[in-house]
Amino acid sequence: MLFIEPFTEYTFMQRALVGSLAVCLGAVPVGVFMTLRRMSLTGDAMAHAILPGAAIAYLLTGVSLIGMTVGGLTAGLLVVALSGWVSRSTHLEEDTSLAGFYLISLALGVLILSLRHSNLDLFHVLFGNILALDNAALLLLASICSISLILFALLYRPLVIECVDPLFLRRSSIASALSHYGFLALMVINLVAGFHALGTLLAIGIMVLPAAAARFWVRTLDHTLVLSVLFSFTGCYVGLMTSYYFDLPAGPAIVLSLGFLYIISLLLGVEGGYVKWATSKRHLEA
Amino acid sequence: MSIELNNLTLVYEQHPAVHHVTATIEVGDLLAVVGPNGAGKSTLLNALAGLMSVEQGCIKGLNPNEVAYLPQQTQIDRSFPLTVAELVATGLWQSIGFQQSIGREQHTQCEDAIGAVGLQGFENRMINTLSGGQIQRVLFARVLLQNRPIILLDEPFNAIDAKTIADLTRVIQSWHQYKRTIVMVSHDLEYVRQHCQKTLLIARERIGFGKTLEVLTTENIKRAQRMCEAFDESANWCMKDVA
Repeated sequence: MLFIEPFTEYTFMQRALVGSLAVCLGAVPVGVFMTLRRMSLTGDAMAHAILPGAAIAYLLTGVSLIGMTVGGLTAGLLVVALSGWVSRSTHLEEDTSLAGFYLISLALGVLILSLRHSNLDLFHVLFGNILALDNAALLLLASICSISLILFALLYRPLVIECVDPLFLRRSSIASALSHYGFLALMVINLVAGFHALGTLLAIGIMVLPAAAARFWVRTLDHTLVLSVLFSFTGCYVGLMTSYYFDLPAGPAIVLSLGFLYIISLLLGVEGGYVKWATSKRHLEA
Repeated sequence: MSIELNNLTLVYEQHPAVHHVTATIEVGDLLAVVGPNGAGKSTLLNALAGLMSVEQGCIKGLNPNEVAYLPQQTQIDRSFPLTVAELVATGLWQSIGFQQSIGREQHTQCEDAIGAVGLQGFENRMINTLSGGQIQRVLFARVLLQNRPIILLDEPFNAIDAKTIADLTRVIQSWHQYKRTIVMVSHDLEYVRQHCQKTLLIARERIGFGKTLEVLTTENIKRAQRMCEAFDESANWCMKDVA
């Protein structure tokens, strides 16, 4: 009973669990491709690009779910469109062009906030409020999750092809552009979902940590996708339980649980984990 | 339809990599593109594959959808977790697109292609466990599956052993038999003399074009090496087509 009691007794815990699982289901597959495309830190940059949009919306509309979602999406997609365009049409690499625009976005956000001299409580934006999700917020998370899964399924093939052989789809083709911008858009909408739950700074944790952990256990892409979603569910559950019983903030507890899973995988994983590597002195005949 | 390169110029930051090259590639040609490093061979192939825009002149008779392009191996991310069968199956992209399922017939095609390049039994191997030669076999199988009338190969036998070269040459010859147009960039003059009837020798500009043995003369090769001097920061504007 100990393990389900918080969720049967308290609605806010149920909501937190459902909300975080929805975020995971949408965000984790995208996270797997981020790690495979070596874009884990790009996601972090993107999270910073979203922050000012959400903050400006907060300034204008207060704590409005719609306002902050639109603000975050606008800032994120604008940065994505500009940096995507720059990396596809100039010699600048994707990470550099993204860094250029997210820094502009971040600085602009900070500047606008300081001009208004308002002492805003941005705690919500920075660290989310998974334990206070209302119906509207849950609906938003579920919608983003559904849109993300559909878009992901649609873009799956060109995404895989672009990762392995970027020249194959030809830069000029629609599929190539769709998968390029579509993937960045997937990152943005999932980060926006993530910031409602975990805040802009920790949202990326749900995307990257389960994917990184899963790669120490399985080899193929489909297995990695399934296992990392399972890992993320486990992390959310364990994180929420820990936060309930030890009275800890839920967002960091979830990300730390995922981090713990990652470290365990790093050490014990059967696909290149440390212990196996360090203890195995034998090799096969062929 | 034959492919015409008409006074073709391709540039990087206004420095020509391919300079006023004219040539006609007939249907069913097995054409080698030969030249020293930096001669513009890969650049020319990129333009044929539609990966780069034409600065001046034009390429006629080429529909990008008819082209299968095999890039240099360095372009492939071999650490991506795909199996041999999955990577080969990406060759079906043009026929199945975003959402069509892979039917039984296409499964058979995949198996046949994997068999044709000598990789039976490797279907479920991860690509990051393959050697350079095996990866090249996989990429050839993908080209087989793409099933296009025009095939572009960029240095297909760089750092590949003799056995693999022999096996894959048989694949190229079967394409040739079925009247596909093949354009192949190569460094290996011996290979070109043995297997390609036609050659385009370039050193930024066209040095020779036609029957391989007539093009690959000692004199032409020396001339190509001389012409391929480094890119010149203080070069003047080309006036060839102005006037």
